[in-house]
This record gives sequence, structure tokens and C-alpha cells, in this order.
Amino acid sequence: QESQASGLPEYIKIVEVGPRDGLQNEKVIVPTDIKIELINRLSKTGLPAIEVTSFVSSKWVPQMADHKEVMRGIERHPGVQYPVLTPNLQGFHSAIAAGATEVSVFGAASESFSKMNINCSIEESIEKFEEVAKSARNMNIPVRGYVSCALGCPYEGNIVPAKVAEVSKRLYSMGCYEISLGDTIGVGTPGSMKRMLEAVMKEIPLSALAVHCHDTYGQALANILTAIQMGVAVVDSSVAGLGGCPYAKGATGNVATEDVIYMLNGLGINTGVNLYKVMEAGNFICTALNKKTNSKVAQASFNTGTI
Amino acid sequence: AFPKRVKVVEVGPRDGLQNEKNVVPTPVKISLINMLSETGLQVIEATSFVSPKWVPQMADHTEVMQGISKLPGVSYPVLTPNLKGFQAAVAAGAKEVSIFGAASELFTKKNINCSIEESLVRFDEVMMAARAASIPVRGYVSCVLGCPYEGKISPTKVAEVSKKMYSMGCYEISLGDTIGIGTPGSMKEMLTAVMKEVPVGALAVHCHDTYGQALANILVALQMGVSVVDASVAGLGGCPYAQGASGNVATEDLVYMLNGLGIHTGVDLHKLMDTGTFICNALNRRTNSKVSQASCRL
Repeated sequence: QESQASGLPEYIKIVEVGPRDGLQNEKVIVPTDIKIELINRLSKTGLPAIEVTSFVSSKWVPQMADHKEVMRGIERHPGVQYPVLTPNLQGFHSAIAAGATEVSVFGAASESFSKMNINCSIEESIEKFEEVAKSARNMNIPVRGYVSCALGCPYEGNIVPAKVAEVSKRLYSMGCYEISLGDTIGVGTPGSMKRMLEAVMKEIPLSALAVHCHDTYGQALANILTAIQMGVAVVDSSVAGLGGCPYAKGATGNVATEDVIYMLNGLGINTGVNLYKVMEAGNFICTALNKKTNSKVAQASFNTGTI
Repeated sequence: AFPKRVKVVEVGPRDGLQNEKNVVPTPVKISLINMLSETGLQVIEATSFVSPKWVPQMADHTEVMQGISKLPGVSYPVLTPNLKGFQAAVAAGAKEVSIFGAASELFTKKNINCSIEESLVRFDEVMMAARAASIPVRGYVSCVLGCPYEGKISPTKVAEVSKKMYSMGCYEISLGDTIGIGTPGSMKEMLTAVMKEVPVGALAVHCHDTYGQALANILVALQMGVSVVDASVAGLGGCPYAQGASGNVATEDLVYMLNGLGIHTGVDLHKLMDTGTFICNALNRRTNSKVSQASCRL
């Protein structure tokens, strides 16, 4: 097999974050039924994990105010995970009541970012997550941990790899089954990605690591390639590249799922995902949002009339 | 390990502008090239000495060549598809030329109305004249990772055409993913084949970002020892085979990645972004460079 010979993973799990991370960071808010339709379409593409919504106060994140309706309204396909964000115990309980069977918690490698984003220190946020993790463990609910600002912070600038490793280790130790390392402002390059992963891999087994790259500086695919060359086998992405960057006006954010899959297909790496169906889902949501896709593969494919 | 230095070949003023919807006047082209000269770029492809009947965007080739300020240490290659174009280029002051071959028979037929073999015979005339005049010639091979007409292209074919052009006397072979369809997988396969025939020090990659794969493809090329990379300021130049799709990779985004890898280019990213802003304003279009976009230079 092509991928085996090159030392790359044979299979990569794609975690689709469009409905949550993507829609949360779009200018236009879509109605509940559109969200549900998007998630249902994504469920049919072969994606193994789709981040559905966020159980956070609608005062802070109005785009996710309909979290209960979305959670209850979607089709649940066998073999597909539907994680939701739960920043604290209250959100966790609400999520479980609405039928969630997997949750995520969001830490950061930067004190300033943590303070500005969730109004508490890294340590305080870890304590909150520990409460969630404890309840989750009691209910056999898997928890995914995210570490934001893994390659740079909009407030602090450079982030030391050792700090990323430290926060990752805290999340992993409390029971998170997977740690998604996020280049929140997309400033990373293959150089900084490598250094950061080397530090984190000293503390966390490779199989528990994922990368969540933003394409704000066009570096996402090169950074993802670097990560998979080092053995990372879980990649987060967003259909149609939904989700701008709240820190750079007009700039892009999440890497497009279509573009990631195109690259992995070309590398002979199995994802189980049907690229064509993802492009169709992307086309659907972009029409609903009245915007152009951020996926170059979708742009090129729809314009040549060949898919 | 990565190369310590990478030579960036700027193709915006020729490949970029030739494939833009809007045409810019001669003084704007000259200003663009002059601004690029100030960024630290060592090579700037200035124009194309091809008949204006075929490429009207490059009709002012003589004026551009004669109008630009040539900085010492900077090379200003021009395209010369045949002997006539070569002679016109030299008369206008060109000190380096480029010839364009392809790894696809169908593409060659559609593009320049002859077979690959016939095109190489034409180039041989240029090579002979260039050698006599001590003018270096850069060879391009198009469709190295796929062809809009033939689809898949065999790496062996790319190696064969590259070898011929190198043997004819081209000092460098730029391998072009003309429709941006390549991925790190096909890039690696193609380079492995070509590197059997042409020394890696004489190779360059010319990646299009039509499918968003350019930087990942370039990364793989660098990992294999390639140290010359073509790019276009602001990502100028759409794809003539996919309406509305992007083409050339943006020089700013490339330099950003190389900086992050600690690879020396000699290029000042800020001056480059300013140049991109200038030409995008003149073309009345948004930049294709994400680095520029993120830095609020829309």
C-alpha cells in the first residue's frame, strides 16, 4: 500500500467540526432546520465523527442557542459519533439530557487566551473540566480534550511547546481519550508544528493525538502533512472551510474538509469519506449561508463541471 | 532535512498577469517588476516574447523589457517560444530566457499546435542561438502531475522530457503542476522518477494551488532536496482550465512557510505584501494570498 511504504498512517479519522466550530464563526446565523439538514447530509458521507453543537449559554454564543433542538432533531447514524461542547458541569448535564453520548472540553495553552475567552485561568478551567470528566466517567461518556493556541496566541504571540505538552497532559490524565491540538489563529508552519508535536509526544501517546489546523495563513495542509508524517492519525476539518477567524477580520479559519480529503486520497490514505458527498453538503450549506465555499477543491470541481 | 536556502522564482509579472482577466497597462507592469526587484527576490520572470496575436496580454514585451530598472544580482528571464522570439528578446536587452515543454502530447498539440518531439526541435534552435550568445536557458515542463486533456501523466514521461531539455542545455528544469491536481503522493512519485535523470540541484517546482495542495506539494519537494520554487505575488493568475478557480501559489504564502521552517530566501515579506497590494489594486481584485488577507491587506 502506498501510504504504508511512505511511513504514513494507513487510515486517518476525520473529525468534522463544521456544524459547531464552523457555524459558530460564520457571520450569518442559520436556522435550526438548516443545521439539522447539514448534519444529516454529513452523516451520509462516511465521516466517523461530526461535532454537532455547543451546550454553552446562549448569552455568550447565540449561534448555538438551539443546541437542544439540534441534538434532538438530527438523525443518529450507527458508527458515527456526535460530540458536543460542554464547557462546564451545567452544560454537560444539559447535553446528556438532550441525548449527547460524547462531549468535548476546550483548554488553552495560553493564559491570556483562557482569560479572554472563558474568563478564567488555565488552572481554573482545568478544575471545571475535571468536574465534567468525573461525571462523564461515571456515565461512560467519552470526553475529547482540545488545546487552543498550540502554535501561537493572538494575545501572547509565541507559545512554548512545553506549555502545550503540559496542558495536554493535564487533559489526558483527567480522562480525555483524545487531545486535539489547535492552531487557533493559523500562524503555525511545518517548523513550529514539528517542534510542538515532538514536545507533546513525550507526554501523550501518538494514537491519542489529533491536529486542528486553521488555514488563516494558508499553512494548514502543509502543517497537517507534517503531523501525519510524524504519525498523527486524527485530523479535524470543516466542510467548505466554514468558520472565519475572529482575530483577523476577513481572514479564513478552519481548513476545508474537502481539501484535506483530496490530499489524503492522493496519498493513498483511507478515510472512509466520500469526497463528492462532502462537496455536495458543502454546496448546500454555502447556498444557505449565501457565501462562496472556502474549499479550493470544491471551487475547482464545480467550475470545471467535473467532480 | 530541508535545504538551508531556497531560491524563489517570481512568475507574477508573466505567468500571473498572462492569466488574469484584466489587462494592466505597461507602466503598471513596469512598476510591479520594479517593486518586486526591491523585495530581495533574485529572479523575476518579466514578460513573454510571443506573438501578440496569441497572447495580447504580453504584447508590450519590448517596452516592458526596456522600461524596467534592472537591479544588479537580479535575473529577469523572459519566455521565448522560438528563434524569432529569442532574437526579439535579446534585441530588447534580455539576458536570460525560458522555454516551455510539456509531458503531455495532447496538451502540446492544443497549446502550441505540434508534438512534444517537434517542440523540442524548435527549442533546439533557441538553445543553439542562446549558447552562441552565452544566454542561460531555463526549461519548463508542464502537466507533470496531470493534464487537462490526458488526465494521468506517467512519471517516466516527465523524466524523459526533463532529461531531453536538460541535455539540450537548460540549466534548470521547472516542473509544473499546471492544473494543480497533484498531491504530496504524486509529487513524490514524479520527483523520484525525474531525479534519476536530472540532478536535484537543477530542479525547480512550479505548483498551482487550484486544489489547495500547493504548499503541501512544495513541502514534499523540499524534503526531497529541491531548492528552487516558483510562485506568483498575490497568487496572480487564475486557471484557464477551471473557470473561477485559482492558479499559481502565492509568493507571500510560500515565503511565510519557508520563514517558519528557518529556510533562507532573502525575501522581505512585508515589501512583498505591499507589492501584492499594489498589483491587486491595479487589477481591481482581491489577493489570493492568505497571508496578505490575514494581515488585513485585502
